[in-house]
Amino acid sequence: MPAVRGDGMRGLAVFISDIRNCKSKEAEIKRINKELANIRSKFKGDRTLDGYQKKKYVCKLLFIFLLGHDIDFGHMEAVNLLSSNKYSEKQIGYLFISVLVNTNSDLIKLIIQSIKNDLSSRNPIHVNLAMQCIANIGSKDMAEAFGYDIPKLLVSGDTMDVVKQSAALCLLRLFATYPEIIPGGEWTSRIIHLLNDQHLGVVTAAASLIEALVKHNPEEYKGCISLAVSRLSRTVTSSYTDLQDYTYYFVPAPWLSVKLLRLLQNYPPPEDPGVRGRLNECLETILNKAQEPPKSKKVQHSNAKNAVLFEAISLIIHNDSEPNLLVRACNQLGQFLSNRETNLRYLALESMCLLANSEFSHEAVKKHQEVVILSMKMEKDVSVRQRAVDLLYAMCDKTNSEEIVQEMLNYLETADYSIREEMVLKVAILAEKYATDYSWYVDVILNLIRIAGDYVSEEVWYRVIQIVINRDDVQGYAAKTVFEALQAPACHENMVKVGGYILGEFGNLIAGDQRSAPSVQFQLLHSKYHLCSSMTRALLLSTYVKFVNLFPEIKGIIQNVFNQDSNIRSADAELQQRASEYLQLSNIVTTDVLATVLEEMPAFPERESSILALLKRKKPGRVPDTLEGKEEKIAAPSPINSSQHVNNTAATDLLGLSTPPTSVNTSSNSNDLVDVLDAPSIAISFTYNNLLQKLFVKLPLTINKFFEPTEMNGESFFARWKNLGRSSQPMDAASTRTKLLGFGMQLLDGIDPNPDNYVCAGIIHTRTQQIGCLLRLEPNKQAQMYRLTVRSSKESVSVEVCELLVDQF
Amino acid sequence: MMQFMLLFSRQGKLRLQKWYVAHPDKIKKKITRDLITTILARKPKMCSFLEWKDLKIVYKRYASLYFCCAIEQTDNELLTLEIIHRYVELLDKYFGSVCELDIIFNFEKAYFILDELLLGGEVQETSKKNVLKAVAAQDLLQEEEAQQGFFEDHGLG
Repeated sequence: MPAVRGDGMRGLAVFISDIRNCKSKEAEIKRINKELANIRSKFKGDRTLDGYQKKKYVCKLLFIFLLGHDIDFGHMEAVNLLSSNKYSEKQIGYLFISVLVNTNSDLIKLIIQSIKNDLSSRNPIHVNLAMQCIANIGSKDMAEAFGYDIPKLLVSGDTMDVVKQSAALCLLRLFATYPEIIPGGEWTSRIIHLLNDQHLGVVTAAASLIEALVKHNPEEYKGCISLAVSRLSRTVTSSYTDLQDYTYYFVPAPWLSVKLLRLLQNYPPPEDPGVRGRLNECLETILNKAQEPPKSKKVQHSNAKNAVLFEAISLIIHNDSEPNLLVRACNQLGQFLSNRETNLRYLALESMCLLANSEFSHEAVKKHQEVVILSMKMEKDVSVRQRAVDLLYAMCDKTNSEEIVQEMLNYLETADYSIREEMVLKVAILAEKYATDYSWYVDVILNLIRIAGDYVSEEVWYRVIQIVINRDDVQGYAAKTVFEALQAPACHENMVKVGGYILGEFGNLIAGDQRSAPSVQFQLLHSKYHLCSSMTRALLLSTYVKFVNLFPEIKGIIQNVFNQDSNIRSADAELQQRASEYLQLSNIVTTDVLATVLEEMPAFPERESSILALLKRKKPGRVPDTLEGKEEKIAAPSPINSSQHVNNTAATDLLGLSTPPTSVNTSSNSNDLVDVLDAPSIAISFTYNNLLQKLFVKLPLTINKFFEPTEMNGESFFARWKNLGRSSQPMDAASTRTKLLGFGMQLLDGIDPNPDNYVCAGIIHTRTQQIGCLLRLEPNKQAQMYRLTVRSSKESVSVEVCELLVDQF
Repeated sequence: MMQFMLLFSRQGKLRLQKWYVAHPDKIKKKITRDLITTILARKPKMCSFLEWKDLKIVYKRYASLYFCCAIEQTDNELLTLEIIHRYVELLDKYFGSVCELDIIFNFEKAYFILDELLLGGEVQETSKKNVLKAVAAQDLLQEEEAQQGFFEDHGLG
């Protein structure tokens, strides 16, 4: 057992040893429970418990808490200790409260008086203990209780330095929760003049407080600028012996220097030429020191020195006004890029990113392009590689975009999964931003899909389609390129989407070539059809109907595809609907009407790239806002012209799949539906040849169109199942999961004790009521039969739902 | 401002935790678990900094113990490494070549020393001499009380 100074607690040490000697987790828990029971009984029963014993038990509770167990008693004993006359007991009471108690605990009210007593003690150790506790809790209660005392301690002439230090930071903490705590007026000047204090510890603590105040009210505290500059100047020019114990490994007061440099980043460059000159001298001194040979080989020396240097560079970048300093900063960071220390390379890449955005240093950053590309490829640590990618993105411009994009594409093939998605976005944005030749842009995006298709988000492929549609100089090339890309034996589904969309619009531009004749284009796309998700299939169906218009010669083949059972009788409502509507469209209407409906898409309104918006969402603060930062929603292209009249900005999904096709009618008809359960019909009347014509058309609105999928756990499912026990109607069916999903209810997994069974839940919303509906489908493998049971709060609905499913199967 | 500091062993056992921002216990446990797993999975030559949610994590290993701090975006990473180092130096000086066991058995002392170095997540006193002086003064108070107690117990108070 190690020796303990102060006053040791033998009982505590024995307990800790016991725990450490436990052979298993179970033994440890047993020992802890025994101890907890013991402490509980001591606290409850033994009235003669003295301070020492209380302290010992509270310490044991703390130790148990630190092991990761919950502690729900002992708080009152800790409060007692806190108000003890003995410092050793008081200290443990405070420790327990600050480790275990949260801001909104009722206990806080109980300790305020004790804290007040300690705060007015003559002994600075007591005062500081109180302030540590106030700062640690930092609640509004604390701010209200001590909002008067602590500012007074901070500026009063007879406060000891150690107390001033604590008071500054304690006040900072309370200010964060309760800004009203800082008195204005003459206090302002007294607080900022703490920057001139003799004691470096006081200045360091005060600098933190002042920065927080400045952030809140820069105008009020701007007097601190000149004080901070002169303090900084005195600090950085002092030799390392001047500041005695505030010199850290030969670096004079690094903490204070960094805080002052940070404080100045809250203001623009000083207006006063004298102050400004002095600040620039400081910054030059720091840059000069970086070139001096190190005074020590220890990493602490270089860390402290470079901490100041990086903060100085931050300030230079923030001021963005001294080209000379910016270029020097850039050269310094360039040296770090090949430093032995991973930490320095990481920070240099990060800082350079900011430099790349300044017009004064952008060119200087570009000189390091090769090293940065090497970092992206060779660094062992993915977080450093990520930084290199960020920097390449930031330093990219017209002159180097092709090279950078190519290098990023090369790297993407082997890049870590964790950074691929972001890289894909960055490549897509750079390619769009710097494309002078849009065929290059199309190549880059198709390469992205080829190399990292899984990481290409919808926004990326929406965007390439928007651009191709808007630029007629690239449409032919795009059609040719996607056609070639689709030849690959295995191509990513995203490629099929882009290919399908572009060929549907512009396939005619390459149809003259026998190798990409209409039927070849169609066969190529259709060879992928069966491997794709239903969303992509829906898109391809739209492509096919567009082919009907573009290439009347293959109309027959396409109509056959629409007519296939897997489409026109698909379990997926969307596919079924598209197949039947497109089939009808191609059968009924004249070529003129067909040509109008299936006309080429109109241009999309130009706006900020939707992918840039996505990257900004993903990495707030990491993407420079240099492009016009309009907030916007993605305008999703929709392949059928009828929807161009629909508000384009509101639809966020390309296929319009998110809007159920029947939703338009819900408000008018769903009310009757409950009672009638017949599909509603629409009455159309018009005059033709002076004769009034009337047509009644039944709308395909079956009751299941009104389902809202409902999540529930097993317990509530079966509770409702039993409640709705009025109707149970067994039926046999050959069914599949997809059919149930397509029906519109929520398919609930892991609910039924028998894993083979399917259970579903949904709510039907009508204008006047909501009808809960549960469904259970039990397959019987031997009998090759299914049993389907539907229960709902309305008998007629259960019957209707069942009947609908009979029709389905 | 530093948001929290965690000390944990190579085996992933938490040895000390200091939170400067209030969180419910459940969240604290989750954060701790996440960070311990993330950091233990990293290799020795890797960078000491990582991005984690909207915070920056700075960590360093000393013998069997990892010291891990969460700081805000505007805080200085390198200097946070040196806060850790200063804390290690203080522990070392106080315990005399500190080891993990010292911190386990005297966790309360480890807290008291940390509280002199940092307050409310900001550096309070960077002078090693001044921090040790403050801790020594605390110990002296305790020892005087202990003697006092001894005399009182023997009817001599």
